[in-house]
Amino acid sequence: MQPATAWDWSPGKKDIWDLSKHSREAQWHEELYASPDGEKTASIAKYGDEGFGICVNGQAQERLFEKIWNLRFAPDGRLTAIVQEEMDWSVLVDDEVWPEEYAFVWGVQFSQTGGTIAASIQQDGEYGMVVNGEAWPTLYQNANNFVLAKDGSATAAVVQVKNIPQADIWTYKEGCFSVAIDGNAWDTSFMNCWTPVFDAEAKRVACQVRHTLYDYSIVVDGQAWSSTFPSVWDPCFNPATGAVAAPVRMAGKWGMAQDNELIWDAKFFNCWNQQFSADGKNLWAIVAPKFGRWTLAVNGQVWGKTFGTMVTDMTVAPDGKHAAAVGKEGDKYAIIANDTIWVGWYDMVWKPVFSSDSHNVAAKVKRAGDRYTVVINGQVHNEDFDQCWDPVFSPEGTKVMLRVVKDGKYSRIVIPVPSSHH
Amino acid sequence: MSMHTLYNLVTGPLAWAAFAIFIGGMLAKFIYLTYLAKKKDPTVFAYLSTKHVIRSWFMWSVPFVAKNWRLRPLFTVVTFAFHISLLAAPIFLMAHVMMWSEGVLGISFWTLPDQVADWMTVIVIVCCVYFAVRRMIVPEAKYVTDIKDFLMLILVALPFITGFLAYHQIGDYKVMIILHIVSGEVWLAMIPFTWLGHMILGPMVRGYMGSEFGAVRHVKDW
Amino acid sequence: MTVDTQEKKIIEDPGIDQGAAKLTPEKIAQVINTTLGTENLARLYAYTKTCVHCGLCSDACHYFLSHDRDPKYSPVGKIKNTLWPMIKNKGKVSVEFMKEAARIAHTECNLCRRCVQYCPFGIDTAFMISTVRRIVHKLALTPQYIQDTAHSHAATMNQMWVKEDEWIDALMWQEDEARDEFPDFRIPLDKEGSDVYYSVIGPEPKFRTQLIYQAAAIFHEAGVDFTMPSGTGWDNSDMCMFTGDFEMMGRLKRDHYESAMKLKVNKIVMGECGHAYRSVYDMGNRWLGWREMPVPIIHSIQYFYELLMAGKIKVASTIDKLATFHDPCNTVRGMGLHEMGRAVAKAFVPNMVEMYPNREHNYCCAAGGGVINCGPPHKMTRVHGNKIKAEQLKATGAELIVAPCHNCHGGLEDIVHHYKLDMEIKFLGDIIYEHMVKTKAVEE
Repeated sequence: MQPATAWDWSPGKKDIWDLSKHSREAQWHEELYASPDGEKTASIAKYGDEGFGICVNGQAQERLFEKIWNLRFAPDGRLTAIVQEEMDWSVLVDDEVWPEEYAFVWGVQFSQTGGTIAASIQQDGEYGMVVNGEAWPTLYQNANNFVLAKDGSATAAVVQVKNIPQADIWTYKEGCFSVAIDGNAWDTSFMNCWTPVFDAEAKRVACQVRHTLYDYSIVVDGQAWSSTFPSVWDPCFNPATGAVAAPVRMAGKWGMAQDNELIWDAKFFNCWNQQFSADGKNLWAIVAPKFGRWTLAVNGQVWGKTFGTMVTDMTVAPDGKHAAAVGKEGDKYAIIANDTIWVGWYDMVWKPVFSSDSHNVAAKVKRAGDRYTVVINGQVHNEDFDQCWDPVFSPEGTKVMLRVVKDGKYSRIVIPVPSSHH
Repeated sequence: MSMHTLYNLVTGPLAWAAFAIFIGGMLAKFIYLTYLAKKKDPTVFAYLSTKHVIRSWFMWSVPFVAKNWRLRPLFTVVTFAFHISLLAAPIFLMAHVMMWSEGVLGISFWTLPDQVADWMTVIVIVCCVYFAVRRMIVPEAKYVTDIKDFLMLILVALPFITGFLAYHQIGDYKVMIILHIVSGEVWLAMIPFTWLGHMILGPMVRGYMGSEFGAVRHVKDW
Repeated sequence: MTVDTQEKKIIEDPGIDQGAAKLTPEKIAQVINTTLGTENLARLYAYTKTCVHCGLCSDACHYFLSHDRDPKYSPVGKIKNTLWPMIKNKGKVSVEFMKEAARIAHTECNLCRRCVQYCPFGIDTAFMISTVRRIVHKLALTPQYIQDTAHSHAATMNQMWVKEDEWIDALMWQEDEARDEFPDFRIPLDKEGSDVYYSVIGPEPKFRTQLIYQAAAIFHEAGVDFTMPSGTGWDNSDMCMFTGDFEMMGRLKRDHYESAMKLKVNKIVMGECGHAYRSVYDMGNRWLGWREMPVPIIHSIQYFYELLMAGKIKVASTIDKLATFHDPCNTVRGMGLHEMGRAVAKAFVPNMVEMYPNREHNYCCAAGGGVINCGPPHKMTRVHGNKIKAEQLKATGAELIVAPCHNCHGGLEDIVHHYKLDMEIKFLGDIIYEHMVKTKAVEE
């Protein structure tokens, strides 16, 4: 796939594929996936007893498998799936299956650009990861919380380093879990480890730990913060300074700590999904300033508009100064951007997307039960669709590409960005 | 101290003190619990539902509506007779109302015929005896009863016993009336500091639980 | 009448005993005082100050009724033997006392909340026993087996040490099996934008895969647009709620809800489990600051009812046996689903007889509230502690018990076996799957 600048950004609608046209009759087609550039759709097809195949824009690929699942386009446009042949599993990337096979494969992840593809594997009852077809040198008796660094240069997971006999609650308390980076576990182990995360250079790893049943903390490169808390949530690195921030619970409320120091007072009923801006200057998070009221906070400053049911899918703009999220009140969803709740309540709203200049926000929405469309800068697109994927901004941010299904056709629509409210 | 001074003392400063402690104590209890809930237990207020508070109060205030009232008819009759009499007799007794109207409040209201109030007094005393006996012989009550629970019953019964004796001029009236007033004052003043405080806490708990059952769990709480 | 003071046989539990060996009175006092002094203070204050020690809660408790009205098994009796001395002595209680408190709180109370409906004030004894369990947790006195389950929750986000591949494999296996019966059958994994996210409990992929098969078959037949997640969050169960490890409870519920939020589903439908409903609907969400469900949670009882009423599932055949309906505490006192449950059951089993008491006043199975999860050492505690259930069941004369809850099944099976009742126990899903019209199945 070409870089986004080379995609077809000429305004207008391009019908890509008539959904009824298949090169090969299938027993069924599973759900469709659209490629990032909008030029392709793919689905898993079942061809009776012969097995499963992949169908791209109606063209059946020749190679069949016993089973295919988790069909996804990588950000670079490569089509991936987890496939089974002769009871063993591997990853299919475009036309090639990774040479090594495993007893089980799941949890495929992509680096930000899609250059690296990783997955979780189990082989002979041992667990680890495989990166671009190469498995970790060491596998573990159990592993989870698998993660691939954004730049694709490293992988990590929580691994079990000590055996726990059945119902042995005492061995467990001695600390049987650690974090392995590219298969190599830290020397230290903990009662529990969760959500390892890499810094921007993929050189350091932070995670949540529980030292005892009651003492939670944050560990960075195997070293725990000196403070412990009744609970913590996922840490994250400041991409500019390398500082580690994590929500911490104190006396029944949540605040934010950074490098072992409290930076936001523990006054929230919840505080999580925090994220630094790319320049590291702003720290954003979803917070509940009151029981059952949700909104965003930046550097501890809480937005004024709140939602009663929940706030989710926070997205920080590339400039780090703006953010958007999905809010829910009762059973209806809305978009909140820059402390303004956009007009319009929907049956569902997907994660908002910013343009690269941070000036425009768009999101996929569902309304009237099962009609889909896109909202851009607060304005609802004037047409709705049977199906629709997340909108994609053109690299300079003046156009939006819609990938949609309507009247039995998959189409790719490019429209100019409607002017923003403000 | 003469009988007269003593009378003035118990009907004057002591009465003021008893009412002040009672009202102040109850208010303090209400405010304290509300504050605690706001401060330390914030979900409580989030789920309060007026409709279900009232529904719960009502369902439990009518005899034989709640399942547990229906399971034990004698106890139900006793407890309702007791609580109604306990509240109605002191408030609506002619002699008390006269004190209200002639004294501090300056208002007069409906009164119970003396004979009815007299019967109510008897009911309260008999019920207290019933409760005491129940606490001695019903295993599940006996198991959780201690001496303080009996003292509570005596505390409640005393103003009624002395009131009954005074009204019927049994014994020395003057002594009896003073005992009556003093025991009533002690009773009032003790309410905020003992489980007699269920007078205010009971409806609060009931209302909260009515909300949880009604508004959250969509089920009867009776 | 005499007070029954028969000596209780002390059940040994390595979790309690080894935990106690490390305790000092100072530690006990410190933990009790911090817990009672800081957490859920308002309710604790209100409940303990309001109680007039009348014992009217007693008749609500199946342990009390099953032990010939022995008052130490009454709800308030259990509070007297656990919480009251902690408060009265300002935490100065002995190690032996705490061991006994742990045993009482974990194995002689199912947190069924029936006594809440019997107290004229609505005092929540289950809440107070939960508080005792919280203290027991902080003192590391929790019974071994339920603590192991809590450990599994923390390490794997499910209660049965199910590894990530085992979960997916179980679903694919059931999907494969079901295609022999329904050729177009799918259990769609991670299907974004589905109407329904179906969540289950840990034992289902581990031991009871048939239940996943059945539920998915019902959805398939009804044309439900559903999905199940390939990652964690699929286990809606929560033993941490019952050990008093509320921090882990919150972590589990976050995982569950976020997994559904990520898939942009309209609602979560959960299998026939009672305690999980309490965890997602009542307890876990609150700890996380969600007043309402971020994603609506529909219990299977209600979902089956809706499918049946909408004509999406139809009755093909009925069961002739005389049946009775057991209401799980957490779906009746937790959500008032008794009439819906009956409507579904009656559609397939017309010959139904009520047990007494029933609906929101039903007796607990004595397995719930984490009691069955305390494992084999405590099995007879709950079996003997629920003789009343055996009597209640026997009086119906029914051959079949319909019970839409996993723990109830476990508890009722032991009771039926021990008291030789010769009754069969089924889930609603068992019955519907067996007796619905299967338009999408292969011709037999």
